[in-house]
Amino acid sequence: MNYFRTFTKGLIKENPVLVMLLGTCPTLAVTTLAMNGLGMGAATTFVLVCSNVVISLLKNFIPKQVRLPSFIVIIAGFVTFVSFMLRSNFPELYEALGVFLSLITVNCIILGRAEMFASKNNVCASFLDGLGMGLGFTLALILIGAIREVLGSGTFFGLSIGDWFQPIGFFSSPAGGFFVFGCVIALVNVLSNYKMSSKKIGCASCPNASACGQAEKGEVAE
Amino acid sequence: MSAIAVIFFGAILTDNFVLSKFMGICPFLGVSKKMNSALGMSAAVTFVMVMASMITYPIYTFLLVPNELGYLQTVVFILIIALFVQLVEIIIKRYAKPLYNSLGVYLPLITTNCAVLGVTILNADNAYTFAESVFNALGGGIGFALALVIFAGVRGRIDASDLPKAFKGIPATLVAASIVSISFLGFGGIVEKIFV
Repeated sequence: MNYFRTFTKGLIKENPVLVMLLGTCPTLAVTTLAMNGLGMGAATTFVLVCSNVVISLLKNFIPKQVRLPSFIVIIAGFVTFVSFMLRSNFPELYEALGVFLSLITVNCIILGRAEMFASKNNVCASFLDGLGMGLGFTLALILIGAIREVLGSGTFFGLSIGDWFQPIGFFSSPAGGFFVFGCVIALVNVLSNYKMSSKKIGCASCPNASACGQAEKGEVAE
Repeated sequence: MSAIAVIFFGAILTDNFVLSKFMGICPFLGVSKKMNSALGMSAAVTFVMVMASMITYPIYTFLLVPNELGYLQTVVFILIIALFVQLVEIIIKRYAKPLYNSLGVYLPLITTNCAVLGVTILNADNAYTFAESVFNALGGGIGFALALVIFAGVRGRIDASDLPKAFKGIPATLVAASIVSISFLGFGGIVEKIFV
């Protein structure tokens, strides 16, 4: 196994947000400011690395039938820990992320990596995979956050970009989140030679993918 | 009474779970292609949201808070939701086969739906009463259904239109979601003005 590639694939080639289209809820919700994107990314990366390592260590002890609830409880434990850390050290960020800090628990990226990677690979590879995917998530959030902050508030990481620019409130609103994310994906689409157009939204690497397939079959049956 | 009405209609319109709180984006984008599946998914989500709120409220208020264990809410709530979804699946598979055939396929997806965990945590964080929690969940579920049904109609048109190559597929869907979201911005302030 090539450890270097395990680490770097999450950054660009299999970027969880921009290429795999996972974790769309926090991506849209917290990216009104670049700083919030960075904070959310760092918190998620921490949880992802820790849960990947622990799940990889426990992979031979968790019975297959109850693996999803077990994974979720492990992840929820680390999420609780992170929210303690943020509340005492970065209260402003804690307020800004709000309920989405707790919702890291159900972020499909974390459960997806637990199911697809950590439960099948050794500790070292799982650590690097979690770190790479987490950093890829963080980079995507900072990118979208920076675009929305510059256009919507006229600042960049809290620093004013000058009075000549009239901020456009639309980009700070929820609607602006969808719009900017759509445009960024369109850009990725062009850069990746239109690979995204043929892609279906979301759930390819989601642990519930098999159930999703069921849902689609159900549609056909109707 | 008016507080409940504000919470209920607020959750449907101004603070729509999908379009302004960004909870449950995956099913919003994934299951909104056909009207039938949009309705089935929304019914399942609404049911689980309301039941999860009803179950977590007494556990949080009478068990966690008095013992100063409020910080365990994330762990406890997600476990309750996972157990409850499994239980519902087993029960309706055994006793209500027609219901299982129409809703059962959506149930496993709901454990990891942010809207369900989100509503229970919001109820706890905002210190809602039992009735307020239930109506927040009910409104959230109806708002989810409204967004999905509206968007299922929009999706049909996107697929039929001639788009620039770069925007084909997912980007166009997201931009359309943005436009639907703008229309919900128009409800801002209305609910509070009517009921207070």
